[in-house]
Amino acid sequence: MDREKRNHLIRVFVAIALVYGLVAVLEFTLRPTSIIFTVLRKGAIYSLVAVSMNLLNGFTGLFSLGQAGFMLLGAYTYAILTMPTAVKESERVYRYYDALIHFDTGVLAGLIAAGLIAAVFAFFIGLPVLRLKSDYLAIATLGFAEIIRAVCQWDVLGPLTNGANLLREFKDLSRITLPFSDIPFPPTLFVFIVVGICILLIVLLINSSYGRAFKAIRDDETAAEAMGINLFRHKELSFVISSFFAGISGALLAMFQYTVQAQQFRTVLTYEILLIVVIGGIGSISGSCIASFLYIALSEWWLRGLDMGTFLGINAPDLFRSGFRRLVFSVIIMIIVLFFSRGIMGDKELSYERVRSFFKGRIHRKENAR
Amino acid sequence: MFEIKGLSVNYGGIEAVRDISLSVPAGSIVTLIGANGAGKSTTLRTIAGLVKPKAGKIEFEGEDITGKDPAYIVGKGITLVPEGRRIFPNLTVLENLKIGAYLRNDSIEEDLERVYRLFPRLRERSWQYGGTLSGGEQQMLAVGRALMSKPKLMMMDEPSLGLAPLVVKDIFSIIERVNADGVTILLIEQNANMALKVADIGYVMETGQIMLSGKGSDLINDEGVRKAYLGG
Repeated sequence: MDREKRNHLIRVFVAIALVYGLVAVLEFTLRPTSIIFTVLRKGAIYSLVAVSMNLLNGFTGLFSLGQAGFMLLGAYTYAILTMPTAVKESERVYRYYDALIHFDTGVLAGLIAAGLIAAVFAFFIGLPVLRLKSDYLAIATLGFAEIIRAVCQWDVLGPLTNGANLLREFKDLSRITLPFSDIPFPPTLFVFIVVGICILLIVLLINSSYGRAFKAIRDDETAAEAMGINLFRHKELSFVISSFFAGISGALLAMFQYTVQAQQFRTVLTYEILLIVVIGGIGSISGSCIASFLYIALSEWWLRGLDMGTFLGINAPDLFRSGFRRLVFSVIIMIIVLFFSRGIMGDKELSYERVRSFFKGRIHRKENAR
Repeated sequence: MFEIKGLSVNYGGIEAVRDISLSVPAGSIVTLIGANGAGKSTTLRTIAGLVKPKAGKIEFEGEDITGKDPAYIVGKGITLVPEGRRIFPNLTVLENLKIGAYLRNDSIEEDLERVYRLFPRLRERSWQYGGTLSGGEQQMLAVGRALMSKPKLMMMDEPSLGLAPLVVKDIFSIIERVNADGVTILLIEQNANMALKVADIGYVMETGQIMLSGKGSDLINDEGVRKAYLGG
């Protein structure tokens, strides 16, 4: 039993080390403009927010659609905090307003602050909203996310948020350095490290006694309450923690995009993440990660040709033009939801045994067919 | 040890429980029998803190626990085995048991061992998901889960519901064993015959009121009870 557990841990560790090693190798060998880096970075960022949404929807049973709002809070907090003071005081970004904040912080402080601000807002939004159930909760959180976006663009808050204008020139992915030095740090590896740490924390939470209580609430609220689990306190905890990590992923997204604008954090973003969670499997962390890389790879890379005139070597500019990718993408999603409604992983996690038995099963089937 | 005085509860727009009083002496098995909709479940849910009463007083070991929240009441040593078992289907048997001990900070190993000794079947299935157990096993798990909170008083809501007669027999023998271990039991049943056989004291409930009470063995021979609940 214990040996099995140790073997399992070693395998997980080796697998993770391989992934990070691969990312590092790619980063030192490929051109920095390669599409692979876009996919890896965005995929990792989406993994984090998908896992944070899964913590709420898959593990606590709270159908919340506020992710985009908390990502926005994180992105703005990060951008405003890490923008150098000189840039804030110049006309380059705050053209129509006088910047309110006259200091700047480092990348790590910015990331943590991004999470904390999102968590604080989640705490206060959670107080009224978490008393609602299922669809009503979804509608209310969706509403709050839209309110956050609208308020963010409000003229009065201009000195802070630059109104509806872009924020830029903050410490984005091209400006990552090793701490206390000017030596540049590989950006994709940086994203992977931050995301990895955050997801590790979520996994630890889910496997703790709090995580067990979350799952009990998801399975049966009344029974959980009868066991002495304080429903509201645990829901609030899950909501705040999920939003904390959504905030950090928002900040990472800002770093990845080099600019931030409230317009980017519409409901569509939440739906994208929900889709990833569903495709990956509700209640599966590894499923969410796999699905987000797949989703990003499809939408940013593999299906790109559908918009550009040439796909799989077929040149048909009349058919493959702007917008066709979306159509194909929608069809793929419909097929997935119809035929794989439990997602790639269901509510299970990826493990060595599962991969092995999957391939074994295939070989067996082939042999039987012969 | 446990007393209800003049309890009234509104539930679902009606006065489900009207001015009932009952007492449960330490170490005994007390049963509350009655037809569907008599207000039995509402009474238990109110004691557990899931429903707030309109009037009346609930006392446990001399302390007034009326209207306290469920976590407090579980912490005091009262636990509920809910109607229909309500185990957590997507948690393993072991996780289900651990949830039962959620409010405890001390070591649970000893109690886990006790539950496994009481239900060897659960030990065999400790890595199985709760939802994959049979009805009888689920009832064992529900009882085991409740025992994990180290209760002084265990309330059981229709433990025989939907179980085969042989399994029902098992469940009742389990109830007696748990009781012999020193846990006081308040049992709700529609299966009045079985319940009265194991109970020290019985209360008969009808449309929100207690109509009759007495020793279990006396009630089982009572003409009115026989007619109404035991099929002549």
